[in-house]
Amino acid sequence: MRANSDDAGYAVSLCRIVLLAVIGILLCVAVVEHPQDRLVAQLVSYHRVLVLLGQHLSIVASASALAILTAVPAGVLLTRPRFRAWTPRLIGLARIGQAVPGLAVIALSVGLLGVGTMTAILAMGLCSLLPILNNTLTGINAVDPALLAAAHGMGVAPRHVLTRVELPLALAMIMAGIRSAVTINIGAAVLAAFVGGGGLGELIITGNTISRVQVMVLGAALPMLMALAADAVFDMIDHGMKL
Amino acid sequence: MDLVGFLASRWQAILQLTAEHLVIVVTAMAISVILGVVIGIAITFNRAAARIVLKFANLMMTIPSLALFALLIPVLGLGKASAIVGLVAYTQLPLIRTVYAGIMTIDSTIIVAARGMGLSDRTILFKIKVPLALPAVMAGIRTAAVMGIGIGAIAGYIGAGGLGVFIFQGINRTSDGMVLTGAIILSLIAILTDQVLGQVLGRVQRRFDP
Repeated sequence: MRANSDDAGYAVSLCRIVLLAVIGILLCVAVVEHPQDRLVAQLVSYHRVLVLLGQHLSIVASASALAILTAVPAGVLLTRPRFRAWTPRLIGLARIGQAVPGLAVIALSVGLLGVGTMTAILAMGLCSLLPILNNTLTGINAVDPALLAAAHGMGVAPRHVLTRVELPLALAMIMAGIRSAVTINIGAAVLAAFVGGGGLGELIITGNTISRVQVMVLGAALPMLMALAADAVFDMIDHGMKL
Repeated sequence: MDLVGFLASRWQAILQLTAEHLVIVVTAMAISVILGVVIGIAITFNRAAARIVLKFANLMMTIPSLALFALLIPVLGLGKASAIVGLVAYTQLPLIRTVYAGIMTIDSTIIVAARGMGLSDRTILFKIKVPLALPAVMAGIRTAAVMGIGIGAIAGYIGAGGLGVFIFQGINRTSDGMVLTGAIILSLIAILTDQVLGQVLGRVQRRFDP
């Protein structure tokens, strides 16, 4: 049975998401209905904001999916007994990789692959892969060896030790990694606009180029609201997992 | 190759922008560490305040860095001031959180013993709590510094100079050599800082539990 406090947490998160969406819509309406001048009116419309929002979401979703689908299996593989000895060294390597700034990764990808949406998605996927990998390795490594021994002793097949013991116990860590990866991606997707990837960053660039604060604020606020909403979504998932 | 040609012909500009980048980041970090440590210590005295401050700092972190800088332009204008304020705001969370956690996780029997020995609250703070929280604080500084180096590059977009200039200008002019130079130097500085501060952290930790 679900505890009452989790029900409340669920509702609070849902309210947060709705509130953030309302703020975002109000901001769009304010800019589109009351542009500061003709130039802004020309450049910002509901349609354009929706298109950029859609692009932003799809870049974030693609990059996050890419990161999750590579990092989690890689983390599982690298914690198998055969590779176990390497795990501490790999965590160290992931740590070095995480020190590389996101903008540098995007810039390196541009230098090697040229501009475009694919470049942005690949670079963001690469950046956000490391926190997930790191947490998967750490989470599985932190499982008490006594539990594994007990599972083996009870005759649980090695495959089921992974799916019924290790992964469920590491799930909270893995989810935390995915949460930070998605947050990183929402911010990094703003930079995608510079490399021709589209997304809400275009509003910031446009606003800065024509020096119209209104457009810049809209471009800055929407990704921020999106990041906060994503945080609330992950809170909901966390509450759901505690059933 | 484009990259080698760029490195050879523009080494003066490269040195200048690298120096500029370091000045911005070091200035911001100096302010940020002082502010973060003071706030982190201050909120250990009040649980409600701690909750609010940590929530707010968490919120700051979710703002995309480019968006934060963009929002600072109308307030502080283009240039280094906006960059430094943005960097300080952005690097507060890891610092405040680690200072706070570092002090709150000190074994309470140590504090009770100190009080029993008749030490004043001030002495307990500066002679016991702060030194014991030092490893945690160092870990926070490491995270914040590495973050600051990366975000400092984004400040190149708002006219603050630094290595971001190469990246943004290079993309605009489709000069791969320029983009790669900026990205590679930036990455090397970040990795080096992470490693060096990691060594320092290791040394501090070893002094605490030999």
